[in-house]
Amino acid sequence: MDNFEPKIVGFLCNWCTYAGADTAGTLRIQYPPNIRPIRVMCSGSVDPAYVLWALLRGADGVFIGGCRPGDCHYVNGNYKMRRRVTVLRSILKTLGLGDNRIWVKWVSTSEGKIYANTMSKMTAYIKELGPNPINKYWSI
Amino acid sequence: MNRIGVFVCHCGLNIAQTVDVEKLANIISDYPGVVYATNYIYMCSDPGQDMIKEIVKEKKLNGVVVACCSPTMHETTFRNTVASVGLNPYRCEIANIREQCSWVHKDKKIATEKAVEIVKATIEKLKLDKSLIPLSVPITKRALVIGGGIAGIQASLDIADSGYEVVLVERNQSIGGHMLQLSETFPTLDCPQCIATPKMVQVGQHPKIKLLAYSEVEEVSGYVGNFKVKIRRKASFVDWNKCTGCGLCVEKCPVRVPSEFNELLVKRKAIYTLFPQAVPNKPVIDSNNCLYLTKGKCRACEKNCLAKAIDFNQKDTFVEEDVGAIVVATGYDLMDKAEIGEYGAGKYKDVINGLQMERLLCPSGPTEGIPHRPSDGKIPKEIVFIQCVGSRDPEHYYPYCSKVCCMYVVKQAMLYKNVVPDGQAYVFYMDIRCDGKGYEEFLQKGMEENKILYLRGRVSKLFKDGDKIKVWGADTLTGRKIEISADMVVLAMAVVPSKGVKELARKLRITADDYGFLTEAHPKLRPVESLTAGYFLAGAAQGPKDIPDVVAQASGAASKVDSLFSQDVLYHEPIIASVDEEVCVGCGNCVDVCAYDAIELDLRTKKAKVNSAVCEGCGACCAACPSGAMQHNNFSKRQIFEMVDAFVR
Repeated sequence: MDNFEPKIVGFLCNWCTYAGADTAGTLRIQYPPNIRPIRVMCSGSVDPAYVLWALLRGADGVFIGGCRPGDCHYVNGNYKMRRRVTVLRSILKTLGLGDNRIWVKWVSTSEGKIYANTMSKMTAYIKELGPNPINKYWSI
Repeated sequence: MNRIGVFVCHCGLNIAQTVDVEKLANIISDYPGVVYATNYIYMCSDPGQDMIKEIVKEKKLNGVVVACCSPTMHETTFRNTVASVGLNPYRCEIANIREQCSWVHKDKKIATEKAVEIVKATIEKLKLDKSLIPLSVPITKRALVIGGGIAGIQASLDIADSGYEVVLVERNQSIGGHMLQLSETFPTLDCPQCIATPKMVQVGQHPKIKLLAYSEVEEVSGYVGNFKVKIRRKASFVDWNKCTGCGLCVEKCPVRVPSEFNELLVKRKAIYTLFPQAVPNKPVIDSNNCLYLTKGKCRACEKNCLAKAIDFNQKDTFVEEDVGAIVVATGYDLMDKAEIGEYGAGKYKDVINGLQMERLLCPSGPTEGIPHRPSDGKIPKEIVFIQCVGSRDPEHYYPYCSKVCCMYVVKQAMLYKNVVPDGQAYVFYMDIRCDGKGYEEFLQKGMEENKILYLRGRVSKLFKDGDKIKVWGADTLTGRKIEISADMVVLAMAVVPSKGVKELARKLRITADDYGFLTEAHPKLRPVESLTAGYFLAGAAQGPKDIPDVVAQASGAASKVDSLFSQDVLYHEPIIASVDEEVCVGCGNCVDVCAYDAIELDLRTKKAKVNSAVCEGCGACCAACPSGAMQHNNFSKRQIFEMVDAFVR
């Protein structure tokens, strides 16, 4: 278990979190390499099915990053995402798929440090949590 | 069949130091769909771009992935590169292996593995990328300006002078706005009537400006370049075409009600013009107070009108205008005194607000420039100004600074001292913010030459004491309590957005902040545009500001409109939502979720329809679509699934 390196799929909104992740790079802030970023136009375009798909395919964690409340480039997409994720979490809990594997964070363009910190914390958390149980089903 | 080329950039050592670019290109060259992969020291340099062009032609590529820096840096560069050799620019994707890989990781092995996955996922996305063509929409080269204050006047004149037609809508019967109510303007003490009325006349006479006074915007549909605006022309009960503006009707009207233009200090008639220099200078009948319209008798105006212009049967009418851009310049109001309990809740006649003081100091105002207090008409000898009433008070009222009060209070105290030399003016302040050109000098002049007494502290309470107003305050610099028996108190009330702006913003589909100030697209870099394309902001509607700033912003908004109109067609990003009508069940989820009203449900076919010129491409509707009929161009569900698979497999 010690050498477990979680795989985290990230959905980063184009205007804030993706740019914030770029800022982390520009500032050369080091963080664990476990995140696999997917750029989407808005966090509000993240279909709950994406999250489910990632978890069912074996991702150990899913990260969604959006603009800070009130700052959404598309008026209120981040709020739409937040509502969907809240519902999704409750469903995942019922299914026993680990609602705590989904992390949501508001990261603005300037907040490279917050992005990097979130990646460190999330990676450590998922490591603690262990691999996605769905992976066991394949081996049963 | 995919023929994809992958170009890995070293970015000097920025990427190559942490990612084994050679190995990356080697691994990727065997990936399904890839026919060519290479690496080069600087892909964005001319030789790098030339190499991409050569290989696209030579290998007949139908897709290109450049693994380099963030797409915000060079996506446009490389899309233009491939477009120059005939490839659709949307068939070029960027794999970000610098900002989100090589710069943030140190271990070369791990970073290389991650880079490989990022490139693979990008290839998967590219495989399903459609060749998109930017949408082009025609532009109606006519502008609508909402609000005829100094902001609206300036914007209208600037746009009209550039040769484009302007429709200027003003809800009062005359343009001019609050500026025309002012006594003098800081810091030069020009009289606003002298500097603004020529501009008003220009608006009235400009061949390119259609002035719709006493009108309000009822409905707006359409999108940038193609708005349809329905305007309500309120019934004035006076046929303005016949009216000669002689003023006899006003003279004969028996009704007297408080005048809004004079901030309720004096009375006006039920048929009235706003002020003598009004443009258009035509009267309207106030239907709430007219004796004939309320009680059915009188008609004094009608009997005395030689031009037979009075028409009691007039009804509101509607006009429709087609415009391509809309400038919103709805201005401000002052917060109501009644909201401030500790300062008398608006009950004391001699506690007035800043605009009332402007009227009292105005040479063409009700007291001809010499302030007489409202209660008994005496000239006040002790006058107290209180700044930041309602502003900078997040606990109770508004957290923001109203920006103009520091300056107008100096000005009013100065003007007061000029006409009442033996009077004393006190100013209670929190901080003095005089940050414009010539502003600080103006303040110093007021303090030194006019002996205005500035006291740093808040006033805790105002109350009536005989015919005086007792002011209890503190001077925080000396630490003493202060008590002043004032003849009159002027409250520098917080500047708030003009009444009704929130409803207007809803009609226009533009955003306003918590207080109702319209939100700009970017606070620094796009200060005169709204986030909704085609809308521009001018003046205090966007936030409190003084006349120089308002005029500058209005001219800025006008030049933005001009640059929009200088194009013949508008190009719109094609990364938007599209519906598969075969799949759509017509549930309408997408309609509800769209922040731009870009989707409508065709009632006949029961299918959603995206207005591609309005769609901003956020993708919220696609996430809300339960059937998968709504898809985000080049961010389709399948593309995201494939990308996830490339990462997780």
